[in-house]
Amino acid sequence: MRESSILNQPIAVAMSGGVDSSTVAALLVARGHSVVGLTMQLWNQRRLPELAADGGTGRCCSLDDVYDARRVAEQLGIPYYVVNFEAEFERQVVEPFLSEYLAGRTPIPCTLCNNFIKFDRFIDMAQGVGAAEIATGHYARITRDLSTGRYQLRKAADCGKDQTYFLFGLTQSQLARTLFPLGEMTKSEVRALAESMGLAVAAKQDSQEICFVPNGDYGAFLDAYLRSKGRERAVERGEIVTTGGRTVGTHTGVHHFTVGQRRGLGIATGEPLYVISTDAATQRVVVGSNEELLRARLAANKVNWVSWPGLPASARAQVKVRNKHVAAPATLHPTAWPDRVEVHFDEPQRAVTPGQAAVFYDSDLVLGGGWIE
Amino acid sequence: MERYYFDHNATTPVSPEVIQTMLGCLAEVYGNASSIHHFGQMAKQRLEMARRQSAALVNCRPQEIVFTSGGTEADNLALFGVVRYSKRPQRHLVATAIEHPAVLNACAQLEREGVEVTYVRVGASGVVDPDDIRRALRPSTVLVSVMHVNNELGTMQPMAEIARVTREAAVYLHCDGVQALGKIPVDVPSLGVDLYSMSGHKIYAPKGLGALFVRKGTRMSSILFGGHHERERRPGTENVPGAVALGCAAEVAAGDLATQVTELAMLRDRLEKGILERIPDAGVNGARRSRTPNTSNIYFDGIDGEALVIALDLRGFAVSTGAACSSGAVEPSHVLTAIGLTAERARASIRFSLGRSNTREQVDALIHAVEDSVRHLRKISPVVHANA
Repeated sequence: MRESSILNQPIAVAMSGGVDSSTVAALLVARGHSVVGLTMQLWNQRRLPELAADGGTGRCCSLDDVYDARRVAEQLGIPYYVVNFEAEFERQVVEPFLSEYLAGRTPIPCTLCNNFIKFDRFIDMAQGVGAAEIATGHYARITRDLSTGRYQLRKAADCGKDQTYFLFGLTQSQLARTLFPLGEMTKSEVRALAESMGLAVAAKQDSQEICFVPNGDYGAFLDAYLRSKGRERAVERGEIVTTGGRTVGTHTGVHHFTVGQRRGLGIATGEPLYVISTDAATQRVVVGSNEELLRARLAANKVNWVSWPGLPASARAQVKVRNKHVAAPATLHPTAWPDRVEVHFDEPQRAVTPGQAAVFYDSDLVLGGGWIE
Repeated sequence: MERYYFDHNATTPVSPEVIQTMLGCLAEVYGNASSIHHFGQMAKQRLEMARRQSAALVNCRPQEIVFTSGGTEADNLALFGVVRYSKRPQRHLVATAIEHPAVLNACAQLEREGVEVTYVRVGASGVVDPDDIRRALRPSTVLVSVMHVNNELGTMQPMAEIARVTREAAVYLHCDGVQALGKIPVDVPSLGVDLYSMSGHKIYAPKGLGALFVRKGTRMSSILFGGHHERERRPGTENVPGAVALGCAAEVAAGDLATQVTELAMLRDRLEKGILERIPDAGVNGARRSRTPNTSNIYFDGIDGEALVIALDLRGFAVSTGAACSSGAVEPSHVLTAIGLTAERARASIRFSLGRSNTREQVDALIHAVEDSVRHLRKISPVVHANA
């Protein structure tokens, strides 16, 4: 696994105030590195007060999290700063997230955040303040193919915590500057280590996945955000139709629906119905049976190759279409465009959702990934 | 690592004289200044001596000094006190766009309470035009609030001319003098202001104490309610050691003001000259004349000021940029955008503020560190910033 080879320059640790990144900072300090702790201020939770009903536990960028990160930095005796990336986060993560949503797709803001903030702007900031490398609390591993010199991304030792699905966008130059010190550890080992090192956050609860959307309610977030920007949309209405063309209900905007969704359709029928597809242009939500969710093929665009330099010919791989999806055997076919790949699954897969990522693996190796069309 | 402090507009170290005097007071004088017995009288004596010392720094009468918990409370007392005293149905207030948050956010609260506020714009110089103040006045105007010296730019406002405008219109004039005290001579009678805010920790006294000059005859309400302290203008058992510290700091400041002004101006000019000669695409924000001698606000095009502040801190130099938000992150400066800087240039600006402890050697080391860090930042990151 890639470890820092540079001893005379500090490593910048992205500290969220959680147990993982706190443990990273402590580990690097224990290994004798000079460490600078940086917390990224990405989103101001107080901007949309109407969404903050639950007191805001487990969300990023809260003052409580900054307090925790600062306390750990103090314990470790390392310099610590909060850096303000709110403008970049809004422009490169929140706004694209919204436009994807409004276009009827189901985007993954974490990947955008990794690509454009955590492994881009943050690396710039780290280098700017004199750190050659960054370290984060992600569960993933970076190795290097010594024959080609190529950096490779691999699944974490702890399969349950593996985060490579969100990291397929990393470039070679980003991987060359990044350390994932937790890649070989399990979550429980991390907690035990944090406890043994006496870190104040050892027992802190894990944060939820999408940090700026309270309770995972994308629709409510979107409405509140647009209202705060004075860009409130006219209430959209559309029909819910079956794959057979029968209208079974109405709805107030396709962005409230995601492919594979079963609950909250507001229709009572005999057999269970699932969202098969949504169409922003016609405001139509198509529902059908579980079997109708199955897809044998998909096309992925804006593909980034990580451990492989590219796809010269068709190749076998396992492909994940959601973070919690079990990677399914498939064949990757190159197309006329080098960053577009067609995926043919051996067995049809359920709820292949436009806007989500398709990430290609060879066992634990992340070959690359792209966005589902 | 040697550490050098170039952020005296944020706060100053407590001077040895002040520590000595304050410690003596803490150890010996514990009476309540309102008590009639010996202990109370000892405390009262120290309190009134501190009031005379503080009054001397701004050339007012001791009875015109109200001790407060700091500059923010002094500003709040001035604004809310004057506005709430007025029983007119329509009340209007004038402030500049580059005031400190202690004034701007007090104005925002007054707006929520139904008071109308006009924020007068300033040009690229960072100096307000008294005619703009005149034009902002209305029959319902009860108060004008203008800072004496801007905290980020160091620019001085033409208080005497503004006072002529307000006196003609029979409107009260409040001046936030927090950044002026100890840096330039302050004479409230000749400035013609009715209210003047002061803060201890900007003049080498501890945090948590300040004062408001209230010209005799100024009509205002209290904003806190309690006992009869400070002539009914500010209740609460007097912080005698704090007042003593402020008084001592005021006396020291008055004593060496002339020397400080010359020495700080020399160091500041050396810093500016050194930086501007060695670093391309850099320049001074705001008017270079009509500034306090200790402050320099410089932009370095193409860099991120937040990164520069952190890089310099890691090398032992304390400077500042923008405004700190509640998490400690940096927010874009409302002052720099108010004087017409683009968001990029505002983010690329650094404030250097010098003080008593700085030397030529420190300034030269700072110039070197800034040059080195700016070159490094420009090399590694072709910054593409959001136009937030």
